[in-house]
Amino acid sequence: MSGKKAPFPLFKDGKRHDGRGPMDLRPIEMEVGILHNADGSARVKMGRTEVIAAAYGPREPPMKAMVLPDRAVIRFRYHMAPYSTDDRKSPAPSRREIELSKVIREALEATILTHLFPRTVIDVFAEVIQADGGTRTAAITAASLALADAGIPMRGLIAGVAVGKVDGQLVLDIDQVEDEYGEADMPVAAIVGLKKIVLLQLNGVLKPEEFPKALSMAWEGLKKIYEMERKVLGSKYKGV
Amino acid sequence: MSVASERRGFALPGDPIASNVNVDPRSYLYVYKIDDTIYAAVPCMYEIVDNTLKVIPLEGVYVPRPGDIVIGLVINFVITHWQVDINSPYIGILHASNVLGRPYNPAKDELREYLEIGDYIVARIDSFDRTRDPVLDIRGKDLGRITEGKIIEIKPSRVPKVIGKKKSMLNIIKNDTNCDIVVGANGRIWVKCPNKDLEDIVALAIKLIEREAFLPGLTEKVRTLIANEKHERGLL
Repeated sequence: MSGKKAPFPLFKDGKRHDGRGPMDLRPIEMEVGILHNADGSARVKMGRTEVIAAAYGPREPPMKAMVLPDRAVIRFRYHMAPYSTDDRKSPAPSRREIELSKVIREALEATILTHLFPRTVIDVFAEVIQADGGTRTAAITAASLALADAGIPMRGLIAGVAVGKVDGQLVLDIDQVEDEYGEADMPVAAIVGLKKIVLLQLNGVLKPEEFPKALSMAWEGLKKIYEMERKVLGSKYKGV
Repeated sequence: MSVASERRGFALPGDPIASNVNVDPRSYLYVYKIDDTIYAAVPCMYEIVDNTLKVIPLEGVYVPRPGDIVIGLVINFVITHWQVDINSPYIGILHASNVLGRPYNPAKDELREYLEIGDYIVARIDSFDRTRDPVLDIRGKDLGRITEGKIIEIKPSRVPKVIGKKKSMLNIIKNDTNCDIVVGANGRIWVKCPNKDLEDIVALAIKLIEREAFLPGLTEKVRTLIANEKHERGLL
């Protein structure tokens, strides 16, 4: 959302700059159990965006002072690797990363059954390996898979996807170029099985009549991502 | 997905399992309820018998349960008790009187004489309810300090696979290697063998079970691994 004009048309003849239609997701890859030292882990790749997540816990808190007597504390870290972007990114947590860590943590708090493990800590780390737009939604999808892989009790799997507006047209799952030159970016994450939205942000401008349409487009994408999550998690237990 | 009516099955987090059934008290950590419907909270196998739902989680940490036999590692001691790591979110408390079998006198008794930091113990969970740390006891048959053998650590959720149906898997390993094996409910396994080679073979077999717990043909793979390793090491 730089406000600059795109050097090429973002939407022309019903196609986007990379050849996708308005409702097409980027090619998605998912994998669970990729890290041996984590209790649960996952890798999610959406187009050229790639995120690794690891979940630990519930475990003994590092400091007694931080525990809550009635539920588990959730700590989440969203971090972009220095080599994930075009220009090197400083590895120190930026303002943006601290904010995203907070909003994703709050989204995860909606699904994790924290009351089952009082006086403990659940840690989730998401590391963006390659960034090409939609990193927060890929991070929340990966975090949800890592939590399920770790066997941390949760209400349901979370899926995330962003809807954007480019050249006046609503499009699903925007990438870096569409984010930079587009008119709006709306990331949505939800517990798809329970039909509950746990994260909704909007950057840019949508008309009032466009918002419900954008939301229903997001649901279409979320359902597809949720099915993939179920498939990849189920394939781990195909022998049972 | 529609509400499952079959009697056994597999569920992922968020899947509805059944409506209007009772939940086995041990399964409450792995399910949740909205209205009358029970949903799975972790990847699990479930079974409904006599209108009661029983859930076997496929992943997750060890949550202490009174009566469980666990293998703990002494990590600290204070005036009246030892703190024991039992591979769980909660630290085990071992009171001095539960070791000595008589009232403990801090002026006379020196805790270090009985258990040192770094010692492994076989203990029983005496009491636990999540608001207080689990209390352990090492008085009793086959409990106490471990002085020989090897400890193997696996994911607690794989313990039922190492034991097998009616202890079938455990008996295969025991009979094929002549080792004595104590499986702690917390995912620690104590192995005592006639020699070091057999100890290593048991460790390899247990790690194989942990790695391939949900793949078909596990029993045969374990048998083959033990036979091959014994052959390679000249133990046959």
